[in-house]
Amino acid sequence: MSFLQSLADRDRVFDFLVPEDSPVDVRHGPILYLEDVTVSFDGFKAINNLNLTIDDGELRCIIGPNGAGKTTMMDIITGKTRPDTGTVWFGSRHNLLQKNEPEIARLGIGRKFQKPTVFEALSVFENLELAMAMDKSLWPTLRARLTSEVRERIDAVLQTIGLADLRARPAGILSHGQKQWLEIGMLLMQRPRLLLVDEPVAGMTEQEMERTAELLTGLAGRHSVVVVEHDMGFVRSIARTVTVLHQGSVLAEGTMDQVANDPKVIEVYLGGEEEAV
Amino acid sequence: MWLTRPLSERSTLLFLAVLGVVMALVVACNLWLPRGHALHVSTYTVTLLGKYLCYALLAVAVDLVWGYLGILSLGHGAFFALGGYAMGMYLMRQIGDRGVYGDPQLPDFMVFLNWDSLPWYWQGFDMAWFAFLMVLLAPGLLALVFGFLAFRSRVTGVYLSIITQALTFALMLAFFRNEMGFGGNNGLTDFKELMGFDLTAHATRLGLFIASGVALALGYVLCRAIVVSKLGRVCIAVRDAEARTRFLGYRVERYQLFVFMVSAMLAGVAGALYVPQVGIINPSEFSPLFSIEIVVWVALGGRATLFGAVIGALVVNYAKSVFTGVMPEAWLFALGALFVLVTVMLPNGIAGLLRRRRGDAEQVPTSTTTTTEAST
Repeated sequence: MSFLQSLADRDRVFDFLVPEDSPVDVRHGPILYLEDVTVSFDGFKAINNLNLTIDDGELRCIIGPNGAGKTTMMDIITGKTRPDTGTVWFGSRHNLLQKNEPEIARLGIGRKFQKPTVFEALSVFENLELAMAMDKSLWPTLRARLTSEVRERIDAVLQTIGLADLRARPAGILSHGQKQWLEIGMLLMQRPRLLLVDEPVAGMTEQEMERTAELLTGLAGRHSVVVVEHDMGFVRSIARTVTVLHQGSVLAEGTMDQVANDPKVIEVYLGGEEEAV
Repeated sequence: MWLTRPLSERSTLLFLAVLGVVMALVVACNLWLPRGHALHVSTYTVTLLGKYLCYALLAVAVDLVWGYLGILSLGHGAFFALGGYAMGMYLMRQIGDRGVYGDPQLPDFMVFLNWDSLPWYWQGFDMAWFAFLMVLLAPGLLALVFGFLAFRSRVTGVYLSIITQALTFALMLAFFRNEMGFGGNNGLTDFKELMGFDLTAHATRLGLFIASGVALALGYVLCRAIVVSKLGRVCIAVRDAEARTRFLGYRVERYQLFVFMVSAMLAGVAGALYVPQVGIINPSEFSPLFSIEIVVWVALGGRATLFGAVIGALVVNYAKSVFTGVMPEAWLFALGALFVLVTVMLPNGIAGLLRRRRGDAEQVPTSTTTTTEAST
C-alpha cells in the first residue's frame, strides 16, 4: 500500500515536479550538506575538498585563522560564489548549486553580515515589518495593512531580541550591539530554517556578548544556526560542536574541549590565539 | 482603501484646511470687496497665486522622489514643461481661425514656416480629453523610459542627478528648433480660450486658481498616501540602504520607477495648469536652471515633509516676485544667500523649524552611514 502511495507521489519521483518553494526535507537529519567542495581563485584554493554537515536545529560554530575560507564557505552556501567542484544540498531536496541568491534566501537561508545595516530613519518596529516574509511586489506593498498576524509576529521577534521597549524609536539611535540584535531579528522575520551569522560579537561589550550568546542559543532548536566567530571566549560560551577550518578544509571537529586539545589545531591556530585572548 | 488613509491624519487635514481657508479668503476678497478696498485681491494677484500653487505642486512632486526615495532629480522641469506643452498644444488648436493668419487648422507659427499640414503628433490635440490624457502620459512615458534604463543599470546618487540634468538640457535644445514643430524659440502663445472659457475673463482666472488649488490638494493627498503606506517605508529604506533593501527581497528598481513616474505625472499636471495662467509655454521651462530652482524650493522648505515643499515654493516665489519688482539684478544673489543661510542654519528647512517649535518628533538621522565599524 505504501508502495502504491509512493508511486502516486509523483513529485517525489521527478525532481522537476518539485515546486520551487517546497519545504525543506530534513527527514534524513542534515539540513545542510557540503561534499567535496573546491573553489579556487586564480589558482589559489580558497576551499579545498570541504566536507561539512549541519544537522537540523543544530548550533554550530566555525572557527579558523584568517584565510581559512570561512567567508568563502558562506558565499557558496548563499549562492554568491559558485564552486568548481562538489555538491551543496539544503535538506535532501534542494540542490543549492542550481539556485541564485534570492531563490536561496526564499528557501529559508538567512545570512547576517559582519557589519550591521539597519534602516536608521525607520523605527525598530518598521525595520522588522519590512523584513517580514510576504509578497514584496509593488501593489501588495502599497496596499498592505498591519494585520494582527503581522503585529503578533513582530511582537514575538521583539521579545526574542529584547528590543520590545525600543520598538517605536528610530533604529539610528540604537547602540552597536542593539543594531546587531535588530538585524538578527530582521533575519528571523524572514522565517529562515538556517541562519548564517558572521562574527556577531565583533565590537561588542562584555554584557552585549552575553546577551548575544543567550539569543543565539535560544534560537537553536527552532532554527539551525551556523556562527563564524573569532572570539574564543564567545565560542566557548555557546558552542556545542565546533568545526575548525584551515586552508579551505576541515581540520578538526568536536566539542570545544576536544578541539582545543587537538595537537593539529593547537599548532595552526588555537595555541597562539588562546594566549592572546 | 490606501488612497484615503491620509484623510485620517491630523497633519493632512490641517494642511487641507489651511489651503482651503486661504483659497476661500482670496476668492472672497477678489469677488466681494470693492476695487479700492485695502484687502481687495486683484485678479492679477489671483493669477499670480495660482501660478505659485502650480509651483507648489511641482515642489511636492520633487520632494516625493528626493525626500523619500533619495533621487535628486535636477530635471523635473522637463516633466513640468512636457505637461505644459501638451496643454499648450490644446490651447493652440482652440485658437482655430482667430490667429493672425486665419488658418483654421494650422497654428500661426506653422503658417509662418510654410508648413502645409499638421504634423502627426499634433493630431488629436483639438480634443480636450486627449490633450489632458497627454498631460499625464507624455511626462509619464518619458519617466518610464528614462527611469527604466537608469534604475535597471542601478544608476544612483550624483550620476543620476547629472543625467536628469542632461535630459532636460537636451530637451531644451530640441524644443528650441523650429523643425520640431513646437514653435521653437517663441514656444506656444496667443491662447484665446480653454474649453470655451475666455482665458482673459475674471471668472476663468478664478476657476484656474481654484483648479490649481484642488490639484495641489489631490496631489498632496496622493503623495501622502504613498508615503504613509508600507511602500513609503520601503522607499525610505531604499533611500538609506539600497543594497540592504534589495537583500530583503524587494525589487528596488520597480519601486523607484513607480514613484518616479507618479512624480513626473504630478509635475506634468502642474505644468498644464501653469500654462493657461501665464499664457505662454516656451523652451525656457526646460532650462536646467529652473530645475535647480525647484530643488532649492524643496531644500528651503524642508525635505521629506511634503508640506515643507509647499511652503518653500510659496516663500521663494513670493520673494522672487517682490525682489524682481524692486531690484531685479539682486534676485539671484538673494536666492543664493537664502539657500546658504538655510543650509547652514536650518538643515531641515522651514519645516524643520516648525517641527522643533512644536517640540515633538525627535531628530531622525537621515544619513546613510553606519558609524560603527566592526573590528576583527
